[in-house]
Amino acid sequence: MTDDLLAKAKQRYGDAEIYRVSSESHPVSFENNRLKEVMRRDQAGVALRVISDGKIGFSSTTDPQREDELIDRVGTLSSFGSEAKFEFPEQAAIPQVETYDPAIEAITNEQLIEKGRRLMAAVLDAWPEALCDIRFGRSTAEETVQNSAGVERATRSSSYYAAIGVQLIRGTDMLNVWASHSSHAVFGQETEDRVLGEVLTALDNSKEIADAPKGDVPVLFTPQGVVATLLDPLLSGFSGTNFVTGASPIIGREGEKAVDSRITVADNPLADGASGSRPMDDEGVPCRRVGLIENGVIGEPVFDLQTAGQAGRSSTGSAQRGLASTPRPGVSVVDISPGDAPYARMLADMDDGLIVEGLLGAGQGNELGGDFRANVSLGYRVKNGEIVGRVKDTMISGNVYTVLDNVEEVGDSADWVYGSVRTPALRCRGVEVASGGEGS
Amino acid sequence: MTYQDQIEDALQGHGADYCEVRIEESDSTRLTYRGKQLEDIAQTSGRGGSVRAVVNGGWGFASFNALDDLKSKVAEAVEQARLVGGEGTQLAEVEPVVDVVPPVIVNDAAAMPLDEKVRLMDHYNDLVWSVDGIQSSDIIYGDNRRKVAFGNSDGTYVDQEFNHVISRISAQARDGGDVQQAGFSLGSLGDYSLVTDLDEKVIDAAKRAVGLLSAEALTGGERTVILDPVLAGVFVHEAFGHLSEADNVSENDKLRDLMYMGRKFGGKHLNFTDGAAIPGLRGSYKYDDEGTPAVRTPLVRDGELVGRLHSRETAAMLGEQPTGNARAISFNFPPIVRMTNTIIEPGEATLDDLLEGVDEGVYVANWYGGMTQHEMFTFSSGEAYMIRNGKIEEPVRPVMLTGNLFNTLENLDAVGNDLDMNQGGGCGKGGQMPLPVSNGSPHIRIRKCLISGA
Repeated sequence: MTDDLLAKAKQRYGDAEIYRVSSESHPVSFENNRLKEVMRRDQAGVALRVISDGKIGFSSTTDPQREDELIDRVGTLSSFGSEAKFEFPEQAAIPQVETYDPAIEAITNEQLIEKGRRLMAAVLDAWPEALCDIRFGRSTAEETVQNSAGVERATRSSSYYAAIGVQLIRGTDMLNVWASHSSHAVFGQETEDRVLGEVLTALDNSKEIADAPKGDVPVLFTPQGVVATLLDPLLSGFSGTNFVTGASPIIGREGEKAVDSRITVADNPLADGASGSRPMDDEGVPCRRVGLIENGVIGEPVFDLQTAGQAGRSSTGSAQRGLASTPRPGVSVVDISPGDAPYARMLADMDDGLIVEGLLGAGQGNELGGDFRANVSLGYRVKNGEIVGRVKDTMISGNVYTVLDNVEEVGDSADWVYGSVRTPALRCRGVEVASGGEGS
Repeated sequence: MTYQDQIEDALQGHGADYCEVRIEESDSTRLTYRGKQLEDIAQTSGRGGSVRAVVNGGWGFASFNALDDLKSKVAEAVEQARLVGGEGTQLAEVEPVVDVVPPVIVNDAAAMPLDEKVRLMDHYNDLVWSVDGIQSSDIIYGDNRRKVAFGNSDGTYVDQEFNHVISRISAQARDGGDVQQAGFSLGSLGDYSLVTDLDEKVIDAAKRAVGLLSAEALTGGERTVILDPVLAGVFVHEAFGHLSEADNVSENDKLRDLMYMGRKFGGKHLNFTDGAAIPGLRGSYKYDDEGTPAVRTPLVRDGELVGRLHSRETAAMLGEQPTGNARAISFNFPPIVRMTNTIIEPGEATLDDLLEGVDEGVYVANWYGGMTQHEMFTFSSGEAYMIRNGKIEEPVRPVMLTGNLFNTLENLDAVGNDLDMNQGGGCGKGGQMPLPVSNGSPHIRIRKCLISGA
């Protein structure tokens, strides 16, 4: 059924698109060892985009009484708008991927509270002096994309997540560890226990404080550490936006071997059950796997319709949007291929080095060239193949392309991090480690 | 029915220990430039509301866009609060007030014609591109008007309007795989004149970006640093401000033991203040999002902890006075304890006094961002220059600074006399970002500050 707003916009401007979203989410949160809050958040709104005289006009509202204002407003805005480098796509066949689990509807707040209590008891049983924050949540959303060229799609999705954070304070030493998982599908106790296990392992590894290593040492990024350190500076180079403005370091390097040949990074929206997987993007273009780095060779960036047009390419089905602005290209599900090194071997082979699991302040610097730098909020010193304690007042810095070209080992299992990235652990060289204390 | 009538009607017979309702209307305009042209221009409008209730210390919250059945939303929030329950509600007393706060706006940005905004930002973008060696530009302009009607079960009803303008102008220069950027951020309470007359600053930022390509990168380690007022403002926000938010300590005995009143943090030259009652700044308002009047809260006096920032709940839990620091970024979120305008009070020293005796150090200015995890903080400079023999010399690549509260304030050994405010920032906490805040300071000097390699 054609949307009324779309019909009016089509009549006035010819080329038009509407994006409607309505969502309902129910977070349950425990703070400082007690159940604190149960929430329900409903959101609904509509965005209208038109191409008028070759230029883009865009406006949105969450006020149903003001929807008709959008029609005039997009016209005014389009007179200042950027030149449209695309046409709205036609309806195309889309691949199959699960985005909705009907079991989500049966979950109650009472059940989530029970699950939270169980996990909290497990943490406090092992660490009675800990302060525990736990969050469970379920949400459902319906997104509709319709355009004047014939796209008419509605996608229903569900999301389910669990997160555990633990704080330990000893004197002026404060330790925070956390882990989480999310999925389109409702998951059970086994997955909850895996998240719990990650937290408990991190607490065990943090019992002692150790000095940070000095000099050129190997750095072992756990899957969480890979995401915290390497992912954003890498992805910024593969954003279609940075590609067309010339701010991406991969320009002119597609097809060139840039990093270690064991490194393969893809955006795979078709991965089943991941949080972020989807059959089509937010402009109604079918999704596909996009190889960013294939066996160390630079692949292609992710594009939406406009950036693809600017680059003279086709959309990769990577448009992401909220209600507030026009779509931008972005990744949905990042998949980094595993290698052949068991984690135990990656650790045992390290005479002296650093494990990085969490960072504080990543993303504050200039990431455009692939640089990273941050405080190591959760990391461990390794000596003679064993973790000897947690490091403090330690910073790491480097460049993601240099680090990925200096990979020593690639872990043999790819683990989900936050439910939207799947990556193995990586042991690398080329990371600068700086620390306070006795003056380096 | 007016919003006041709707809210009062919805709160009738709510059945909770305390309940509040807010209704919001908003209008925003946003311009984004990436590269040579205006990439995105958008106007958005919104309306919605939320209800928050507490029963026996447990909180329920419901937010929505549809305002047609507020009573059922109240019932839902109360039912959720009941489900949470707990050991009793604690809320500090606040005198109920009914007040319609008239907006104070000079040079109303939201009322400026769209073509004027586009003309001005086009002009700045052209200026960036007029500098040789520029690869791309990144410019954001945004203005926002938000009207909030708030009522609670104590009989408070407050009608307030919030106006904000922000702009971030950034230039990028590239040499092969090396991409450098430089820029600045500004913000005001809706005053458009803030974003006019920036030509010199824009050209300076573009030249700095190009200059960074040939600037040296420092190696990481501990150094003496002097922070300009803007970055020192970010420092006090990150390094101290977040730990003074009482929700961090109200249910955390061990942290409270570390943050006790009278605790010594450093020398007598340390004086920190936060307050939305300081007028005319981006974190200024008359009432917070629980209807509590704003005040000015001394946090540190003569190097000792003397105060912290509260919601009604944290004030009651700690037996302290509410400070009007409960803020929600929009109706979609419950209010939580936040900073407003956070300041290091000026001392006597000039910048030359601070530089004197620094044989080798780094002068850091301007900001990229900052983050805090309890006592540990990081923040990033937008500019950095070597200091040699008491003189600011050549630029080096911007650095990240890190430390922990307890050591760093001991090492903060000098405070300048030249207070200036950083109004371009937005604060994030609990998924609520960017909340309008300001922070400010004179120049300050920190010994043995850990900086990253670049």
